[in-house]
Formats: sequence, structure tokens, C-alpha cells
Amino acid sequence: MGITTAFSTEEPLGGSVVLTKLEAAINWSRKYSFFLYPFATACCAMEFMAVGGPRYDLDRFGAALPRFSPRQADLLMVVGTITHKQAPILVKVYNQMTEPKWVMAFGVCAVSGGFYDNYATVQGIDTLIPVDVYIPGCPPRPEMVLDGLMKLQEKVTKEKWSDWPRGPAPVKMKC
Amino acid sequence: MSTNVTLDKLSRQFPRSVVETHTHRGDATAIVRKDEILAICRFLRDDPELAYDFMMDLTAVDYLGKEPRFEVVYHLYSLSKNQRVRIKARVPEADCTIDSIVSIWVAADWFEREVFDLYGIIFNGHPNLKRLLLYEGFEGHPLRKDYPLKKRQPLIGPLN
Amino acid sequence: MTDSAKNLHTEQMVINMGPSHPVTHGTVKFTVTLDGETIDDLKVDIGYLHRGFEKMCENGTWEQVMPYTDRLNYVSPLINNVGYALAVEKLFGVQAPERCQYIRVIISEMARICDHFTNIAAGAMEVGAMTVFLYFVEARDLLWDLLEELCGARVTANYVRFGGVKNDLPEGFGAKTAQAFETCRKLWVDVDKLLTKNRIFIDRMRDVGTMPAQEAIAHGFTGPCLRASGVPYDVRKAQPYLVYDQMDFEVPVGETGDNFDRYLVRMEEINQSMRIVEQALARIPRGPINLDMPALRWQSKDDTYNRIEALIFHFKTVTEGVKPPAGEIYSAVEGANGELGFYLVSDGSGKPVKCRVRPPCFPLTAAMPRMMRGRLIADIVPTFDMINMIGGECDR
Ligand code: SF4
Repeated sequence: MGITTAFSTEEPLGGSVVLTKLEAAINWSRKYSFFLYPFATACCAMEFMAVGGPRYDLDRFGAALPRFSPRQADLLMVVGTITHKQAPILVKVYNQMTEPKWVMAFGVCAVSGGFYDNYATVQGIDTLIPVDVYIPGCPPRPEMVLDGLMKLQEKVTKEKWSDWPRGPAPVKMKC
Repeated sequence: MSTNVTLDKLSRQFPRSVVETHTHRGDATAIVRKDEILAICRFLRDDPELAYDFMMDLTAVDYLGKEPRFEVVYHLYSLSKNQRVRIKARVPEADCTIDSIVSIWVAADWFEREVFDLYGIIFNGHPNLKRLLLYEGFEGHPLRKDYPLKKRQPLIGPLN
Repeated sequence: MTDSAKNLHTEQMVINMGPSHPVTHGTVKFTVTLDGETIDDLKVDIGYLHRGFEKMCENGTWEQVMPYTDRLNYVSPLINNVGYALAVEKLFGVQAPERCQYIRVIISEMARICDHFTNIAAGAMEVGAMTVFLYFVEARDLLWDLLEELCGARVTANYVRFGGVKNDLPEGFGAKTAQAFETCRKLWVDVDKLLTKNRIFIDRMRDVGTMPAQEAIAHGFTGPCLRASGVPYDVRKAQPYLVYDQMDFEVPVGETGDNFDRYLVRMEEINQSMRIVEQALARIPRGPINLDMPALRWQSKDDTYNRIEALIFHFKTVTEGVKPPAGEIYSAVEGANGELGFYLVSDGSGKPVKCRVRPPCFPLTAAMPRMMRGRLIADIVPTFDMINMIGGECDR
């Protein structure tokens, strides 16, 4: 089942009871029920459409339901280039999401600015908000995205109560 | 002498404003004085033999180090005559203005705003000359050759 | 309206749509002034994807621009590639060999098909037709498979070179295309059945975002949106480039210029583009795919690794870039959204002085307020979908 059992007392009980740590059980359910917020800005959105489409089918990982309100989502997928004009909006969306929340940097632009290194672009969204999983590629292939999602699932299983809440993004608006 | 109808007509109509005409790789070009740009554009659109009804593109080029420094470039297309022409107007840095042609082609509205945003050329008589692609608070005009490639002015976050 | 309703005190409301809004697949912000549900005024704010395309081009060599063009209209990158390569070739005053021209026609049309698939898929999804999205994304994936086999990338192809293309068509490309088209046509028929006579779809699209021909011209419309208004302007017909003058295809035009016509024009263009691809594949001649002109191209890898002169030459062209003669040109191709023009200025050095793109969806987006004034707020979504604003191209 994927839940790490904490004790070996299940067998005497005839296999009809599962014992586990509450933390592990919650993490297990979290990892199969991401509600994602696609912050799609640029070319990577084309691959995002393909990932959501019938062939690659994000649904298999329990992450198919895009929520277009940040308050209902717990996985922020930053798909594409973030420019300086866009940056405050990204931070705002991140801060509006309720905890627990995870961030996926989809494509090299979100990871590091990619090959746009100029006056207009942010050099990686991790200068603005914490990032959980980086998916390189310009744009990443759907397989890569699925791999990234599985890595994130792995990460979620290892999380502790004390990891939350993370609080708002560390950057502040400049006046 | 060029054999292009548009250039001929234009030179005849505005002998003092048309500085130079040439055809390079099939592209007809007229370099005109900026003061009469409005009249020239109106003529190009309204003359039945020319009928340039499309304002396809409007942009500027920065020739840093030359005088006049800027060139505003118009690309026009005539649907009925299937003709293209390029009109260029030189704009010196000291007097960085030119008349807006929004009254002739509505399409010019955003194109002019973009040029203003990126080059800082002011279009007189434009109804809403504000930054288009960049944000309020951005200083300078990034497509000028003397604007450094990586000079960032973030609204939020570090300069990186 | 009864008297009492007229005398009711109402206030206008200003709401923001975007920049991060589900229907704005590019990022764009609408500031809508509403009177009830009617739009009094609409302001469009773009630039959220302004990535400094031109500045990057001016700071790189002529070749280095090619990958950036992929990311302009990222739904049909190959047309941008072709457009840019044609522009640079015009600057040089050369023409690619015939086989290459056929290949370019094939990939341009495939890109156009992909673009229209994506546009209709997204547009239909946003008015509630999810099945269409699934069908057309699958159809697009089939074509992407072909393109991937051809150039190694699904989206950002970077396939075209000055005076040629990167590599020849792979083995069995024609047969595979025929197979993919067969499935695409089936999916097309399904979507046609799902949408074209669908009451809900028609109600959302018909007579919405209407643009009369004269105004469309004044606003600088080109491409499917202009043709939907009844103006049969298509660069492929008006000023044929490559081998389009030898292809037999029709340019569909609409009547009223509303969203439904735009949809119909795009659907028919998919068919016409498939026809062009099939003709081109049937007629493609043998021969070289690249111009034999060392000043224009990088040396072949074989030569670079085995001959010292070629290595030196390679080193020089890579670091300094190819050097087009000084001059300026404007060259236009028919992009998926309309006239995609490149205005290049060269001073004879390895770097462009100016590399300007005429983005076809830029004037379309600018006309949003004109199309939306006096309409309902719900009309923004289908109209914005059908003008197909692509952030990378509009904001550059
Ligand atoms: S990573 Fe590449 S494909 Fe993705 S948004 Fe950036 S440039 Fe576009």
C-alpha cells in the first residue's frame, strides 16, 4: 500500500487492521491528491497541455485537477518564464495558497532563467519563493515532468509535522 | 531614378520632405523628414493609386553614435495594389519626438506605445502614451543601445 | 426596460481579470469596467512575458537568434524558424535549394496545423467542451511525434538553418505522415461533429467579437481573424514565398468576422494545410538540402573534426557569426496567426543591429477593447481564445 507500517502488531490481529503513524498516513494521502495551480506563462505551457492530455495523463498520479484559485490548490506549478513584471504576482499567488503547499519549477526558465539572461527576466523563481522540485528542460519532456512529480511524491512521504507551516515567501515588495 | 510608383509619386508630392529613396532587395524605402510624417502617411493611405490601407509594422532603430540617432520605421502594405513600402523618419536625440499616426491607422496605437516604452521616442498627439511592455517605475528604455543588457530593475526580490 | 429599472441607482464596477487567470493562456491583464454584466470599458495590459527578445538578438550572433525565434509563437515554432531564415537569406540575396524549400513548406504547414489544433482545443475547453481538448491534444501529439523524429524536439525545434535545414527528412516520413493524418482527420471529423452544430458552442461564439472588414484592416488584423472578416489576404497567395505558388490550396474566408467564423476558418485551414503537406510530400524532388555556401553555414561536423581549415573556419563562424552584407530588409511569411514579418538591419558585422518581429497577434490583442465594448463579460473568454494571443509573440 505504500504506507510504512510502524509496528509489527498487524499480523496477530489477522491482517484486518493497519497500524501506522498518523504522519505517514497523512503524507501518503497527500502525495496522491495534489491539487495543482498551473501558473502557466510561456512556451512550457504547451508541454503542460500535453502532460495533462490523454497520452501522458497526469491523472494517474492523482494530480489531475487543476484549481484556478490558489486557495484551493496545494501544488504551485510555475510553468514558463517569470519576468520582473510578473514576479509580484507569483509571490502573491504563493502567499495566497494555504499550507501545506509545494512548488514545482517547470522548465529551465523557472529553474534558473534559462537562456533569457537580461533586463526583463527573473533568474530562477527560487530567488522569490521556496521551490521543492526542479524540472530542467526547455521545455521538459512529459516523461521528465512525470518523473519530477514522482520525486515530489517521494519528498512528501518524508515530511514531518514540524515542516509546516512554512510561512509566506521571504521576499518583500519594494516600494 | 527608381522605377517604383510609390516612391516616384511620393517624391513628386513631397519634394522637400523626401530626403532619399532607394530599393534594396526589392524593398522600396523612402527616408522622409519627420515634420511631415502625418501628411505623408495620409497621402499614402488616401491616394487611390497607392491605397496603403495596412499599417503593418512600426518600430524604431537606435544607431548610437550617428546623428540623428534614431529612425522610426513604418512598414505599409496596400491590399488592392499588393505593394509594400518602408518609410523611415530620422529622429535626433535632442528632439526625440515625432507625430503620432494613430489618427490615420488605429493599428499604430500599441506599436507607438511600444516604441515609446522601449526607445523613449515621444509620439505627439498619441491618445494614451504609456508604457506597454514594461512596468511603471522602470527607468530608462531598454532597447537603446546604451542600456546594459543585464541592468535589472526588479519590482520584488533581489537584483540577481 | 421599465422606468423604475432605468431610475435605479447603479454603480460601475471595475474588476481585474488576470494576469494569472485560467483563460488567459498567455498572461495578460484585463481591467474591465462593468455596468451590471455589460462591459463599459476594457483595458488590456500586456508585457507579462516580455523577455527582451530584441535585446538578446542584438547581443548575439545571427545564428543565435534562431532558438529565440522558436519561443516567439511557441505553438508553431517552425514557421518562425522558416520566417527568420528566409529573412536572413533575403539579406544575403540567396535562395535555398528546391528540396529544402519543399521541406520548409511541409514543416510550416505542420506547424500551422498544430497551432490551429491547439487554438481550437484550448478555446473549446474554455467554453466547456473538454472532449475537444483531449481529441485535439492527441492529434497534435501525433504530429509532434513526426516533428520530433524530424528535428529531435517536440516544441522548440530550432530546425531551420540559413540556406537550408538541419537534416533531411527521416526514412519513411511520408508514410508515417499519411498514417498520422488519417487519425488526425478522424479526430477532426469528431470535433467537427461536436462543435460546429453544437447549440451551446454556437451561442457562445456567433456574433461575438465581430469585426467588419474595413475596421479589421484599420486595426492591422491579418491571418485567420482577417479572413474571417471576409478579406482573403494570405501572404502565401499574395506574395508567394518558397514553393507555395506551385501548391494547390484554397484560402477559406468568413462572412461576418465573428468568433464562430474564426473557428470555421481555422478548421478549414487545417484541411487545406494537410492538402499542402500531402502535395509537397508527393512532389518533393531529390537533391541537396543546403546551399553550398560556406559563408552562410557552419561546416559539417565531419570536416570540422578532420580538416584543420574547416576547424578554423568553424571557430571563426561560431565566435563571430555569419556576416550578411549591410542593409535592411523586411520579409513576411504567413504565420499561424497572420503576417509574421521580420525586419532586419545589418551593418555587415556578425551581430544584428536590429532584429524586429512583426507579431501578428499584437494588433489583434490591441483590438480587444473595440470588440468587447458593450458586450457581456462572458464574451471576453471566447473572443480572447479566438484571437489566439500568444504571450511569447505578443510581448516578445
Ligand atoms: S524553459 Fe524554454 S520552453 Fe520553457 S518557458 Fe522557458 S524558454 Fe520556454
